[in-house]
Amino acid sequence: MRRRARLGVAAAIVGASTLAIVLLVLEVLIRASIINPFIVPPPSAVAAAIPRIVAEENLAHRFWQTTQEAIFASILVTTVGIACGVALQRFRRLRLATETWVAALAAAPIVLMYPLFLVIFGRSATTIVMIGFVAGLPPVVLKTLEGLQGTRAVLVRVGRSFRLTQGQLFRKILLPAALPTIFVGLRLGLIFALINIVGVEFLINFGGLGQLINELAERYDLPGTYAAILFVVLVSVLFFVLAERVERWLRPA
Amino acid sequence: MRNGHAVPSSPPIDDGPALRVERVAKRFETVEGAFVAVDEVSFSVRAGEFLAVIGPSGCGKSTLFNIIGGLLGEYDGRVCVGSTVISGPHPSIGMVFQEESTFPWRNVEDNVAFPLEIGGVPKAERLGRARHFIELVGLSGFERTYPAELSGGMRQRVAIARTLVAEPRILLMDEPFAALDEQTRLLLGDKVLQIQQALAQTTLLITHNITEAVQLADRVLVMTYRPGRIKRIVDIDLPRPRSSDVVGSDAFGRYVAAIWSDLREEASRGIRDDESARRHTAAARHHP
Repeated sequence: MRRRARLGVAAAIVGASTLAIVLLVLEVLIRASIINPFIVPPPSAVAAAIPRIVAEENLAHRFWQTTQEAIFASILVTTVGIACGVALQRFRRLRLATETWVAALAAAPIVLMYPLFLVIFGRSATTIVMIGFVAGLPPVVLKTLEGLQGTRAVLVRVGRSFRLTQGQLFRKILLPAALPTIFVGLRLGLIFALINIVGVEFLINFGGLGQLINELAERYDLPGTYAAILFVVLVSVLFFVLAERVERWLRPA
Repeated sequence: MRNGHAVPSSPPIDDGPALRVERVAKRFETVEGAFVAVDEVSFSVRAGEFLAVIGPSGCGKSTLFNIIGGLLGEYDGRVCVGSTVISGPHPSIGMVFQEESTFPWRNVEDNVAFPLEIGGVPKAERLGRARHFIELVGLSGFERTYPAELSGGMRQRVAIARTLVAEPRILLMDEPFAALDEQTRLLLGDKVLQIQQALAQTTLLITHNITEAVQLADRVLVMTYRPGRIKRIVDIDLPRPRSSDVVGSDAFGRYVAAIWSDLREEASRGIRDDESARRHTAAARHHP
């Protein structure tokens, strides 16, 4: 145990110093004009831009807007995605009819359909949430289905031997057995949703961080652009950690 | 010989057999045609008795297990618990499966308390009862441990405790030690003997292991290879209480030898069948 903890600390140090070294090398190469500073701003300039965009660009509000859209999209992705996965597992005919299409949807560049969503929902947060939702849905559906189908047959037989009802069998055995796989899907789905949310904000120039990135890029404020992108990464990390916490709470083993 | 804090299970009132299997037969339809897995099998298990069913692979042991457990329907004949004919899983029959069957997302006490939770027993009571059976299978101190941190033998004991906590009249086990090594198997056999004695548990064990059958059972029922019929019933007159020490005795050796002489023919018939089927497929593949 202690040895493992020490290994963890060592790994964290190696990880952090690797990042530091890469940034340092980048800084040196840019300052020496080996890399064009008008295309890639030096890391120090990006760091310096952070307080500036926080103060001047209403960053907190934009950050919250993007986070809010991501929360709504996540709730939709989770509830609808898991429900669809369960339905596909329950109804064989539905599964045979639609599984390939869902997989195809997973590979489709949903974000390019934004004009259609604009027509339906207008230039609003709803459009952004809906695109995030549709983009994040396929992995959750597919992984829920995979998890439920992958439940070991003997566990189902144990349930039957204890005379569980269909509902009990689902709640007490199938769902907890599938949970780790469902969470793989959820993590993928949430990331897809977030990427698409920021992408659409950028494309339709509306809402939170995506719009900010668009504006800063148009002003050719590259350090600001990169600083804003860092905040998108922060949202994504936030959701990733949250998903992990929820999973550990739901399934401690 | 019930110990101090024996479970509050009422002993069976009627003296008739706890379990009766009457002329059970089952055929399966496969692509190669129908075959009879179990044919005209009849026997009964007395209350408190330990009966082992032994046979070569392919003798329909597992089919029989699933029929008695109520997991397999559409068979001929009938299975009775006391005076009722079963149709589906019966609350008086508790099953222990061959495969690893603990719930990895539940710790030991929540695994064992599972049937009580389904039965709506309040939490404090079900955990108390679960702890009693955890102690009985020798896993005290592991109540909060998750199955992933236990050995195969410990996990199988969790599964046995989970079945026993529901206090079934009949404990039905399908090769519960098949996945374990020989030494663990012998020691776990001791544990099962202790438990069976403490609870006066009526037990039906399905196995292919001769020493296991002789070590544990009062009677051993030897089955034939396909179709699975009863070839012989051997009374094991070894003294009780028993332990794995019994494997050293002369009488033990004689029982093992006698059962093997019955089984050898069946097992070699099974292997011959299997090999000729494989030869057939191989020939079809190489000379189409």
